[in-house]
Amino acid sequence: MLGLNSHDLKMFIVIAILTLAAPILLNPFPDASALGESFNAGYPALMQRFVIFGILVIGFNLLFGLTGYLSFGHAAFLGIGSYAAVWMFKLLSYNIVPAILLSVIVAGLVSVVIGYVSLRRSGIYFSILTLAFAQMMYAIAYSDLLGRMFGITVTNGETGLQVYNDDPQILMSAGDPTVPHLFGITMNGSSTWNVGGWSFIFQNGYYLSAIFMIAAFYLSIRIFRSPFGLMLRAIKSNQTRMHYTGLNTKPYMLAAFVISGMYAGLAGGLLSAMDPLTGAERMFWTASGEIVVMSILGGVGTLIGPVLGAGLIKYLENIVSKINDGILHNWFAFMPDWLDNLLVTIIHPFIGKGWHLTLGLLFMAVVIFLPGGLVEGGQRIGRLFRRKKSTDAANGATKPAE
Amino acid sequence: MTKSNFTRRGLLKTSAVAGAGLAVPTIFTASSASAFTNEPTGDTVTFGFNVPQTGAYAEEGLDELRAQELALEHLNGMGDGGMLNTFSSKVLDGTGIMGKRVNMKTGDTQTKSDVARASAQSMIQKDGCIMINGGSSSGVAIAVQGLCQEAGVIFMAGLTHSNDTTGKDRKANGFRHFFNGYMSGAALGPVLEKAYGTERNAYHLTADYTWGWTQQESIQAVTEAMGWTTTQNVLTPVGAGDFSSYIAPILNSGADTLILNHYGGDMVNSLTQAVQFGLKDKQVNGKDFKIIVPLYSELMAKGAGSNIEGVYGSMNWNWQLGDEGTAAFVKSFGEKYGFPPSGAAHTCYVQTLLYADAVTRAGSFNPCAVVEALEDFEFDGMGNGPTLYRGSDHQCFKDVLVMEGVASPSGNAAMVGYDTLSIVEQTPRAQVEYPEDHPMFAGGSLGECNPGA
Amino acid sequence: MDALLIQVLNGLDKGAAYALIALGLTLIFGTLGVVNFAHGALFMIGAFCAVTMQRILNISTSVIDETQTDFLGNPLKIETPVIQNWFGPEMGAAIQDWSVPLSVILVVPVMFFVGYAMERGLIKHFYKRPHADQILVTFGLAIVIGELIKAFYGANPIQTPAPAALSGTIDFGTWFGFEAGAVLYPAWRLVYFLFAGAVIAAVFAFLQFTTFGMVVRAGMADRETVGLLGIDIDKRFTLMFGLAAAVAGLAGMMYTPILSPHYNIGMDFLVLSFVVVVVGGMGSLPGAVLAGFMLGILQSFASMNEVKAIIPGIDQIIIYLVAIIILLTRPRGLMGRKGVMED
Repeated sequence: MLGLNSHDLKMFIVIAILTLAAPILLNPFPDASALGESFNAGYPALMQRFVIFGILVIGFNLLFGLTGYLSFGHAAFLGIGSYAAVWMFKLLSYNIVPAILLSVIVAGLVSVVIGYVSLRRSGIYFSILTLAFAQMMYAIAYSDLLGRMFGITVTNGETGLQVYNDDPQILMSAGDPTVPHLFGITMNGSSTWNVGGWSFIFQNGYYLSAIFMIAAFYLSIRIFRSPFGLMLRAIKSNQTRMHYTGLNTKPYMLAAFVISGMYAGLAGGLLSAMDPLTGAERMFWTASGEIVVMSILGGVGTLIGPVLGAGLIKYLENIVSKINDGILHNWFAFMPDWLDNLLVTIIHPFIGKGWHLTLGLLFMAVVIFLPGGLVEGGQRIGRLFRRKKSTDAANGATKPAE
Repeated sequence: MTKSNFTRRGLLKTSAVAGAGLAVPTIFTASSASAFTNEPTGDTVTFGFNVPQTGAYAEEGLDELRAQELALEHLNGMGDGGMLNTFSSKVLDGTGIMGKRVNMKTGDTQTKSDVARASAQSMIQKDGCIMINGGSSSGVAIAVQGLCQEAGVIFMAGLTHSNDTTGKDRKANGFRHFFNGYMSGAALGPVLEKAYGTERNAYHLTADYTWGWTQQESIQAVTEAMGWTTTQNVLTPVGAGDFSSYIAPILNSGADTLILNHYGGDMVNSLTQAVQFGLKDKQVNGKDFKIIVPLYSELMAKGAGSNIEGVYGSMNWNWQLGDEGTAAFVKSFGEKYGFPPSGAAHTCYVQTLLYADAVTRAGSFNPCAVVEALEDFEFDGMGNGPTLYRGSDHQCFKDVLVMEGVASPSGNAAMVGYDTLSIVEQTPRAQVEYPEDHPMFAGGSLGECNPGA
Repeated sequence: MDALLIQVLNGLDKGAAYALIALGLTLIFGTLGVVNFAHGALFMIGAFCAVTMQRILNISTSVIDETQTDFLGNPLKIETPVIQNWFGPEMGAAIQDWSVPLSVILVVPVMFFVGYAMERGLIKHFYKRPHADQILVTFGLAIVIGELIKAFYGANPIQTPAPAALSGTIDFGTWFGFEAGAVLYPAWRLVYFLFAGAVIAAVFAFLQFTTFGMVVRAGMADRETVGLLGIDIDKRFTLMFGLAAAVAGLAGMMYTPILSPHYNIGMDFLVLSFVVVVVGGMGSLPGAVLAGFMLGILQSFASMNEVKAIIPGIDQIIIYLVAIIILLTRPRGLMGRKGVMED
């Protein structure tokens, strides 16, 4: 079905259901409970980030996972896409259709140029070329060097590009919403379902991004399984051999690079559509590094790994950094005071301002114990269950079947 | 490792009640059920303290957090009450705000606009925060202020010194207690004129981002008005680390004054390196070469050590001020943490109290009511003398301090940064005031207050 | 002319720092083939050894003086550094003044140990793993090291001044016939330049003229064959790792008077050092040094007002621009070896 084999189809359906039900699934604890206060992630801003960064890393994985070419400047396309979208808001209107279209197109065009140049080298030389391009774009955006050259505002420097009341917005008519919208459906509009101690928020913007991510995921499965995907993997395993067979590998590589850049552009456009302000730090090398790390953490070259990696890092960034000592005391309130204080003292270095420490230790632990990333972890757990099941089945088989 | 004065019983009680309050019947509600965003329903109200906890400004952020925790203690009737005892408005009585106990959520801005907005969004969407406070950079302040305007909560800015925060990018839901680049210039001008005369050639090194630009513009306007010439303004990349290539040309440029429009680590490095290049010992045109750092902070002074001796700058507030509000705050902060509060801590503390006071006076948490209560509010006893929260741009007007770096009088290593800055002059408020449509602040409009929901 | 000379000096100084960092990285990355994202962290540990030395020399005994009060009105604690008790106030103060150069005695053993422990404990298991895994594990390690430093020393930059005798300026111009005071240059920067030159020369001499160095060089070129000859190359590579860490640490330690160290300083240098190594060419020590000096000097020239007047902001992008141009005109950087990290 849908042109997928049964294994892929199963995975696709699971991802689609998980994504669509995320507002419920990510709020497992009642809102007011100590655990809910700390660990619930089912609020729109974070869920948007899960799926948007999911799109970004799925796209990155199409390049890195399939061809083995490590782009260390991928955040540049994210930034370009964001700037393009905000400019559309400033010039046309808050409708997100032109914004997202343009962000994908601009990111695609820029990636053609950068890809064409960078793909002339391989290995580390390729990585450093992409890094150099991205860092240049970061510097240009941060101090608005382009704008300075022409005497206009292009990126609005460090403050970030945003929509002002006196912007042209030529397609805007009187009754239009003053926030990003899809033909009148505002992105920040939502409905809330209060049930028991829970209130689940279903936000338009999240669902739009989620649909984009599901589509992006579907496309990525199709690319992985296509002859094109096979060709890319052949290039990864031995590029020289491909050359000897008389094949020009460059167009394939460039196509992969551009597709991946367009994914990043889409992610950037969506980020702006959810929150119409963008800044240069989105293009800084640490942002590119984060994409690389998300991909490796999840499992390079796997379909689902990138989504998991992106989700985990965004979760830690937004959840662990917000836990403070007060919240810890709340968790352990049922314990005797001395134990409470002891536990808080032990956990204290890893939360709040220490969330980076947790992140660093997690990276090391995953790569040391799960060489294939989180996906490998999942597979191990899966095998564990299957073995159990099969032993159960074996036990059952000894009894006569009635 | 950290001090924590939480009473566990109090927490247990509040969470139990909050839980009961939220256990409403199963219905689908449109999100506009309440009158405004995050209307507090139980007997608690939550503030979001969004400060840098990692990155270059982490120390400053942590100091802000200390002050914010202290403010909550005072609001909730713990500790000695601090500035509540000296504040001219007396509606706050230590029983929380309108009988509601004040809770807090903390977040990490990393001094990145994106992250700061994500953190503020989670405070608003998940934690039900009614007010966001904190921050250590103008870019972040402007980004979060814009977000709060859209979401319909109040933003009480922390440390942000760019003219744009209450100029080009001012917002109805945003308020700034901290001073700005223009005020630094206006306060420094007369002191510089008195100390260094009217014939000087100034060379500017300016951090190449929004704050740097507005700061430089302000200082240049003031110094040129009193007769100084500007030899050159050189933009330097943020985080350049090694500024030698920018400092070396100053030596033979004919300039006799260096103005460092740098903040934080950039200032620590550029000042240290300028001193290494012998600028402080130099004589140009028969005058001693002078260095000026328009915006000082305790942490910068600490990082720069003895290099700040003889260097003028300005501050929003300093713990050495003699008034009783300052004394009360320094006492409660010092007794809790063992060292004096920084200017960043002070502004966040005051902003938190001011918000609480405005809610109480308005009798409502509705952002529009709070805006009304804060606009054109006159108060005293918060350390800066009589202060006005101007309604037309939401900027506080108060005395500004001109500081000079000195050798530590106590000789105590722990006090470096605190007692190595000495107050030269308390510039009266009238001298730093400006019309809200001043060209450096033009182009913005507050818009309408947004209660959200 | 004097403006140019002074920018050449600045460039050489910057270049010396880049070259020194890149030299250490290229020993690990260019030759052992490990993508070491913790190299910046090694630089930082070196810098914080200087801070630690400063702290050690300032360990004090405190006496409560009832006649004076602190800011809260409590009796003041008077602190006297132990070192001043031992050697007398003057000698003690002089030793404290020289804390940065003195921290050499701390840096070399600490860095060798850190490098040794890192290789044996972690990197050893990653030689055969994909580069992606090396990136993730060393990046994780770099974050952890940074956070540990932050936990102990805070996030604020820490002032670590050069000795008073070396913190003045040298009238450099008079050596070249300029008038007095035309080209003043900080003495410590000259010290740094000479120091970097000495370290670089020592590393080259060590690899060129000792048997150990010869074996290591042979091992870099063809690890398997050297192993087949019955030489324990692994052990030597471990020592190489220690050496690389020591070079990075020395670079960091000597840089502290110029750049006040803070916990993120490693990350600031990380990207730059990779660019320098790759521009120099993978697997080439002279290439790394050459690229370091070249990029340093070009950056200094790009920072000149005359240049910035023509192309605004060129100083912010020059390094990356040059990197792109070099990598496009010379496929393996300046002096890269064929086949090193090209796939």
